[in-house]
Amino acid sequence: MEHTDPVLSVEGINVYYGAIHAIKDVSFMVGAGEIVALIGANGAGKSTTLKTISGLLRSQSGSISFMGADIMHAAPDKLVAKGLAHVPEGRRVFAQMTVEENLEMGAYTRPNAEVAPGLERVYNHFPRLKERRRQVAGTLSGGEQQMLAMGRALMSSPQLLMLDEPSMGLAPILIDQIFEIVRELHAAGTTILLVEQNAQQALSVATRGYVMETGRVTLTGTGSELLTNDDVRKAYLGG
Amino acid sequence: MTVFLQFLVNGLSMGSVYAIIALGYTMVYGIAKMLNFAHGDVIMIGAYISFCVTAYLGLPAVVSVLAAVAVCTVLGILIEGLAYKPLRQAGPLAVLITAIGVSYFLQNAAQLIWGATPKNFTSIVTFEVPPALAAYNVSAVSIVTVVACLVIMAALMWFTGKTKMGKAMRAVSEDKAAAQLMGINVNRTISMTFAIGSALAAIAGVLLCSYSPVLQPTTGAMPGIKAFTAAVFGGIGSIPGAFVGGILLGIIEAMAQAYISTSLANSIVFAVLIVVLLVKPAGLFGKYVPEKV
Repeated sequence: MEHTDPVLSVEGINVYYGAIHAIKDVSFMVGAGEIVALIGANGAGKSTTLKTISGLLRSQSGSISFMGADIMHAAPDKLVAKGLAHVPEGRRVFAQMTVEENLEMGAYTRPNAEVAPGLERVYNHFPRLKERRRQVAGTLSGGEQQMLAMGRALMSSPQLLMLDEPSMGLAPILIDQIFEIVRELHAAGTTILLVEQNAQQALSVATRGYVMETGRVTLTGTGSELLTNDDVRKAYLGG
Repeated sequence: MTVFLQFLVNGLSMGSVYAIIALGYTMVYGIAKMLNFAHGDVIMIGAYISFCVTAYLGLPAVVSVLAAVAVCTVLGILIEGLAYKPLRQAGPLAVLITAIGVSYFLQNAAQLIWGATPKNFTSIVTFEVPPALAAYNVSAVSIVTVVACLVIMAALMWFTGKTKMGKAMRAVSEDKAAAQLMGINVNRTISMTFAIGSALAAIAGVLLCSYSPVLQPTTGAMPGIKAFTAAVFGGIGSIPGAFVGGILLGIIEAMAQAYISTSLANSIVFAVLIVVLLVKPAGLFGKYVPEKV
């Protein structure tokens, strides 16, 4: 494993929803060029962790640094320009806007001159989106919406792409497709932080992984170590 | 027939004023998802500013319109920033009540500044209309109003459909958190929406008072409510809906005055609204986009 400066480093964050302590002293890091998987059951705090990194939620303590800069108190819209892209859970595409308009929104922080090459790049990864670019996003299928959400995030030319449950609600064949795209993006040099309940798929693409349980990181290792770990197998991979 | 056409012209011109106000309502509702009940009173402020610039400073009408637009734009941004922004996380009822409060505040402020005695607003448009048209009640103001209304609607459709800022507004309207994740500054976008809505209110105020010249602190209240009705009628949030709703409301009102009863005209207008909403709850152009999950 290379030991350059981490792209993202999270140290001892604590997040509360009112009185509920959702994230407890969570620390982890993502190095340049890695795919890091955050796995765990529903309610373990994976999505909350991503939302805290992108500034939608606030941590009470600890530190978050991205590309060497402290981003604990940065507004979400400022982080996009710094190179952080977050594909939220449930895709959250703009349903009443066309596919191409959604992608243009992804490039909101980029100069206008970058929009056309960005579209070109995204359409190369997702030829399906090109076919449907004049279509309103709400009429796309779940898999297509996921592709759109990922493509939209790529439009900001991110240093780190955070994917929240990209496989959620998709048919197995589409899940394979989405993970194939994750591999492609990684091969093209994108650093990825992947949150998944589908531990099998996530760990097989990941360089490293962290297991979260009820708001804590309980286990860490390389993707293949975790795949063969007995506890992980029992809890998340069906024995 | 002449009577019918005269009232049709009246309806079209009043309807265009309603449409301009309704466009402001619908922009703010569509993007910020709130009913700005103070919108009608911004109209009144715009009319007073225009009145002061022409009557007291003796400057040309065009300058007075620009001044009204400038003042109302700033006023809209201030209202949003001071009254509504702190309530962004609060429930819709709190925002609605605040909007009613802002409305009374503006009316009372106007009464304090300009007094309760109505001012006689001199029309800002004064060119000669060909006698053939004048026979049908076509006045210079009605021509300017209808043209202004069409231009404003086209400009808004272009703005929200084609420009980066306009598309960002639509993104904010659909999903604030997702818009933020695109790098869109939600607060600035909402503020911009209020600026546009209030600028439209200023134009509507000047045209409204050019059409019916009694200017007092409550001048904006009734047209404000009617325009809100028009916006709901057309499908609130929809730009063509606000336009069509405004024009139809003006025509229905004029026809009710002509053929049924002048004093019942308002009741008839609202009765029509109730019927439309019973049949089409989302309004004429209400958006219904089927969404696959």
